[in-house]
Amino acid sequence: MHLVTLTPIDLVMAALLVALLAALSMRMQLGLAMEITIAAARTTVQLLLIGLILKALFANVSLLWIALIAFVMLMVAGHEVMTRQQRGLAGWWGFGVGTVSMFISSFSVTLLALVVIIGPDPWYTPQYAIPLLGMMLGNTMSGVTLGMDRLTQAAWQQRTIIEARLMLGQDWAQTIADIRRESMRVGMIPTINAMATAGLVSLPGMMTGQILAGSPPVEAVKYQILIMFLITACTGLGTVAAVWIGSRRLFDDRQRLRLDHLRVR
Amino acid sequence: MHDECVCLEGPSGAGKTLLLRAIADLDLHQGRVYLDDIERNTISGSAWRRQVGLLPAESQWWRDTVGEHFEHTDHDLLDRLGFDNEVMTWQVSRLSSGERQRLALVRMLSLHPRVLLLDEPTASLDPDNVQRVEEVIKHYRNHQPAAVLWVSHDPQQIARVANRSLYINKGQLLPRPDSVCIS
Repeated sequence: MHLVTLTPIDLVMAALLVALLAALSMRMQLGLAMEITIAAARTTVQLLLIGLILKALFANVSLLWIALIAFVMLMVAGHEVMTRQQRGLAGWWGFGVGTVSMFISSFSVTLLALVVIIGPDPWYTPQYAIPLLGMMLGNTMSGVTLGMDRLTQAAWQQRTIIEARLMLGQDWAQTIADIRRESMRVGMIPTINAMATAGLVSLPGMMTGQILAGSPPVEAVKYQILIMFLITACTGLGTVAAVWIGSRRLFDDRQRLRLDHLRVR
Repeated sequence: MHDECVCLEGPSGAGKTLLLRAIADLDLHQGRVYLDDIERNTISGSAWRRQVGLLPAESQWWRDTVGEHFEHTDHDLLDRLGFDNEVMTWQVSRLSSGERQRLALVRMLSLHPRVLLLDEPTASLDPDNVQRVEEVIKHYRNHQPAAVLWVSHDPQQIARVANRSLYINKGQLLPRPDSVCIS
């Protein structure tokens, strides 16, 4: 089977569907027409750009360039985590907690996968390194956002209970334990659900892509299983780290609840 | 304030609750607080609050049943406040505000704090239970040395329980020389 290449006309036809949705949204006054248009434009420009960058990168394999792209991806993911929370941590902590957690989990899991499991030569071969890191970061970003959002919202809503427990001499970790557990669960549930329904409800994107590109289905499936395991571990690790560091930041060294460490809405 | 019961009164918004919270180390402030000769900042926040218990005006409960909120049960205390042991299995959602308030007092006293910071502990109670609470705190102080800072709006109650009383207004603490002292 050879790869059916897409022409610009094929993409325009797909874009018409999005335009139709935008028109429908305008007609129904959903207030989403502008957002749909901007998001579609962003997708097109961003993906075309990364396509060109990857083309150049594949032609000149250099660890320095790969590291630079990885760094940019991490910074953008860190920024997204911060802006998607309703009431995140204030100041640099809002950016730092998510970014550090994603760095710890995504980079270590990707490195492990490249060096120990897949083993391309050299280990930083961009055809493997960039898509792998992208999938790890993308999923961990969602987990960390959900976990941190739940943590900060719940701490705000349950502040009188947390303080009542502090008044009884409980330490900070005891008073936030329930909220922390729930936040970690919320962050991890989507990836666990994705694992449970993979192949039954949805065909995961990476596997679909590989099959469309002509890989034998069984090879694509093996890669997909590997990726799902890595994503689950990575999201779990990142969420646990972010919620743990974030929950500590809600208290000061005297173990007082410090909601002034949260952003004002 | 050495094992005394000091009452604190003042208009709403004068800073009574804020003062109790500052002593219990729940809010940032610049004052220094000592318990005996121990400066507060030399021990951890939780160790301090184990010894300096604050009973807020509105009690908080976070599990389904009463018993889940207690590290250990003091049957004698429960009895003195009109509860039997069954109360530990009660659903928190079915408690009246007066029951919550009295149980919150038991919960705090069963941890044996050295200082009691009481924010209107009898505000939602009927006269019988007001008397019970006053007796329980008196009994507690008779059996172990404890200093009490008691926010109250009731002059008769202040006369009954206080060794001395203070008046707070706009953040300023003033002694009340005219108060009746009965120990």
